[in-house]
Amino acid sequence: MAVYFQKREIVVPGQLLAEGRYRPSIGTYDEGGKIFASLVGLAELRGNTIKVVPLEGVYIPHEGDFVIGTITVVAGNNWKVDIGGPYIASLHVNNALRRPYDEDISRYFDIGEVIAAEVIAFDRSGGPFLTIKGRGLRKLTDGMILEVSPSKIPRIIGRRGSMINMIKDRLRIQTFVGQNGRIWIKAPGSSIMRIAVKAFKMIESEAHTSKLTDRVAAMIDEELAAIGEILPEDEAEAETPEDETEAASEEVAPIDEVTTTEDVEKEETPTGDETTSSVEDEIREKENDTEEVKEE
Amino acid sequence: MSPEVKPDFLISTEGLRFDGRRPDELRPIEFKVGVLQQADGSAYIKQGKTFIMAAVYGPRELHPRHLTLNDRAFLRVVYRMATFSVPDRKRPAPSRREREISMVIANALKPVLFLEDYPKAVVDVFIQVIQADGGTRCAAINAASLALADAGVPMRSLVPSVAVGKADGTLVVDLGDEEDKYGQGDVPMAIIPTTDEVTLLQQDGSFTREELVEAMQMGVQACKYIHELQKEALRRAYASRAPAEEEDDDYEDDLETDLGEADLVGEDE
Amino acid sequence: MGDYSAEIISRIDRNYIADLLAQGERIDGRAYDEFRPIEIEYDVVSAKAEGSALVRMGGTSVIAGVKVLLGEPYPDTPDEGVIMVTAEMPPLASPLFELGPPREDAIELARVVDRGVRESETVEVKKLCVEPGKVVQMVFCDVYALEFDGNLIDCASIAANAALLTTEFPEHKWENGEAVPTGNKISVPLKNLAVEATVAKIEDHLIIDPVLKEEMVQDCRITMAVDEGENFTAIQKGGGAGPMTLEQVDQAFGMALDGTRMIRELIRSTAKERE
Repeated sequence: MAVYFQKREIVVPGQLLAEGRYRPSIGTYDEGGKIFASLVGLAELRGNTIKVVPLEGVYIPHEGDFVIGTITVVAGNNWKVDIGGPYIASLHVNNALRRPYDEDISRYFDIGEVIAAEVIAFDRSGGPFLTIKGRGLRKLTDGMILEVSPSKIPRIIGRRGSMINMIKDRLRIQTFVGQNGRIWIKAPGSSIMRIAVKAFKMIESEAHTSKLTDRVAAMIDEELAAIGEILPEDEAEAETPEDETEAASEEVAPIDEVTTTEDVEKEETPTGDETTSSVEDEIREKENDTEEVKEE
Repeated sequence: MSPEVKPDFLISTEGLRFDGRRPDELRPIEFKVGVLQQADGSAYIKQGKTFIMAAVYGPRELHPRHLTLNDRAFLRVVYRMATFSVPDRKRPAPSRREREISMVIANALKPVLFLEDYPKAVVDVFIQVIQADGGTRCAAINAASLALADAGVPMRSLVPSVAVGKADGTLVVDLGDEEDKYGQGDVPMAIIPTTDEVTLLQQDGSFTREELVEAMQMGVQACKYIHELQKEALRRAYASRAPAEEEDDDYEDDLETDLGEADLVGEDE
Repeated sequence: MGDYSAEIISRIDRNYIADLLAQGERIDGRAYDEFRPIEIEYDVVSAKAEGSALVRMGGTSVIAGVKVLLGEPYPDTPDEGVIMVTAEMPPLASPLFELGPPREDAIELARVVDRGVRESETVEVKKLCVEPGKVVQMVFCDVYALEFDGNLIDCASIAANAALLTTEFPEHKWENGEAVPTGNKISVPLKNLAVEATVAKIEDHLIIDPVLKEEMVQDCRITMAVDEGENFTAIQKGGGAGPMTLEQVDQAFGMALDGTRMIRELIRSTAKERE
C-alpha cells in the first residue's frame, strides 16, 4: 500500500498514483494492481478512492445534468438538440409539452432556439435524452449565452452555490448554469453584463486557485465602482440605479436556477434594496434547501 | 533556403556529428501546451529547426457517419506540411507521403487512448508542419500526444518518439536534416514509456540486426528523456491553473466540494 | 470568414448582438470602427522560408510563409516574374473548418487576399526577371489559418504583406546560359503596400473587423484593399447575400481608409523594428 502523489499535485497521464488496495475512480486506470492517472489534473485521495479531477475536457452527459442546448433539427415528435460535446441530444415531445399540442411542433421550439433542459437518460446504446419538464426548465429567449470549459462549471457554481450566488447578489443578474459549459445570463444593462462575463471568464481561467471567490468579488466591486454602480451590501440604503429598477420590474420569476446534482436553490428576486443581513439570510435559507433536497 | 549540399563528413574525427552533437545527443526541444484557442487541446514542438503545431478536436460528433464505430471513438489523424516548410515549395494538395505518415502516427497513438470511453464519436488530431528539418513524424507524435492530454482525452500515457539513424557508420539519435538526407538509414520509433512497448517502428537504409537492436535501445533511452520533457511541459501549462502551495485549508474544502464532485455522486458509496 | 450565416447560431446570440448594436455597442466592447489588437511576429519559419510572419488579431491568427523559386515565365509575359498568394483554412484552426478539398469560402479567401496583393501591383514583377523568356523569380506567399475567430481575410492580408515585406532571397544573374547566384541577398521589389479591411453589415450597422459571432449574424461583408496612395485596389462584397445601400458602401469606404492606414503603418513600423 503506497500513494505516490502529493496533496493537490498536478499529475499527468501515465503517472503512477498508488499501489495496493486503492479504488480507481475518475481520471485513473488500474493495471496489475497499480493505479495510474489517465488525465491531466489534480490527484485526490478520499477514503481509499483515488481520482484525478480533470482540468480540461469536452462535455460528456450524465443523467441529472442541467444543460443548455440549441435546437438543430425538428423531426416529427422530437427535437435534436446541440448540447456541445460528441453527442447530439433528443428531446421527445412527451418530455416537453402537455397534450393536446399542435402537430407542427416547430411552433413550440424551432431551429436555433435555446432551451434549458435536464438530461434524463444517457448510456452507450442511446441518448442523451432531455426533458424540459421541471422547475426552471424552459425556452430561453433573451439575455446571452456564455461558453466556458465544462470542467470549470463546478467552480463557477462554487461550494453550495457560493460563487454563483455571490455574483448574482452583487450584480443582480439572472443565470442558468449548464453542466455543458454554457451559462445563460440576463443582466439589467450591458455594462453589468460585461462585468458578469468578465467574472465568469476570470473563474474559468483561474479555476484552480484558492480564495477565488474573494478575488472575483473584489474585481466585481471594483468594476461596479468604476461604472458608478452601487454595491448592494455597502450601500444598501442608497438609491437604486436605473438599470436595476428596470430589471426588478421585469423580474417575473423565470429561471434563476443554479443547479447541480447537489445544489438546488430557490428562485430569488433581487429587489435592489437588500440589506447585508437579508442577503445572508437568503444564503442560509438556500443552504437549508440544499440539505432538504439531499435528504429526499 | 538551406543549401542543399552534401557535407564533407557526418561524423568528425572527434566522433562528433555535423552539428556538433554527440551520437546520443538530441537537438534542443521546446514544448508548449495550449497554444491554439479554438482547439480543444493543442501543443507545439520546436525540435532543432523543426516546428510543428498539433490541434485536437473532440471527442466530437463524427462526420461522415459511415466511419462510425459503435464500441469506441474513431481516431482521425491528419498530418500536413505547409508549402513553405521545406526547401522547395511543397505542392498544396495532400501527398501520398502525408497520408501514410498520418496513418502511422494514428497507429502510434491509438494503443494509449481509451477510445472505448466515447463510442460513435471522433477524436481529431490535426498536425501542421510549419518548418521541416528532419524527424517531423516523430516530433508530430510528441506534440500530438501533448495536445491529446490537453484536450482531456483519457490515455494510458503520453507517447514519446524519436528517430535513430546511421551516419558514417555510427548510430545517432534524433536525425537532423543532413543526416536524414546523406546518412545510411533511419529508424523512427515511438514507445509507451510505462511498458517500453513500441507503437511506431519504421526503417529505411541499411542496418544489421545487431545495429537495429542497438538503435532501438538508444531510441528507448532518448524517448524516456523526451517523455520527461513532455511531462514537464504539461505540468508547466497547468501549474498556473493549480492551487498555490502555501494556501490555507479553506481551499481544500472548496476543492473537495467544487471540483468534479458532482460527477461522483453515488460512486463513493 | 466565409458565409457562416448558414451555420446555426442560437437566436439568443443573434438577438443579443442585434440589441447591443441598437444601443451602439459590440459584444466585445469595441467601437464600430475599431480593430482588435494586432500582433505581428516575423521570421517564424526562418530556416526554410525566405520570409514569414505570424499575425494575431484577437482570437484569430494566421501564419504566412514566402518561397522564392526560379522558374520559367509565362509565355505571354516573358519579362515578368510571378507573384502568387494562396490561403488555406485547415481544420486545425476551427471546429467549423472541414477536412477535404477547399470549400467555396476557402477559395474566396485565397482569391481575395491574392487580389489585394496582385491588383495593387505591390510587387514589381518586371524586377523579378532574370533572363526574359528563360528564367524569372517566382514568389509564392502561402497563408495558413491557425485560429479562427472571425475576419480571416484581413488577418491573412496583414500576414501576407508582412511576410513579403521582410522576404530576402538570393539574387540571380544570367551567365553562360544559366541562372547563377550572385551571392547577394535581395528583397522582393515592392513599390506599394495594399492591405485589406473588412466591414460587416448587420441590419443597419457597419462594423469593422467582425469576430466570428458577428460574422454569423452579418447580412454581408465588404472587403476593401487600399494602397499607400489611398486608392482602392480591390473590393469584394461577400459573406452573405444581404444588400447594401450606396450610402452604406461609401461609409464602409471611409472606415476602410482609416483602418488600412493604421494597418500599413503598423506593418511598416514593426518590419523596421525587426532589423
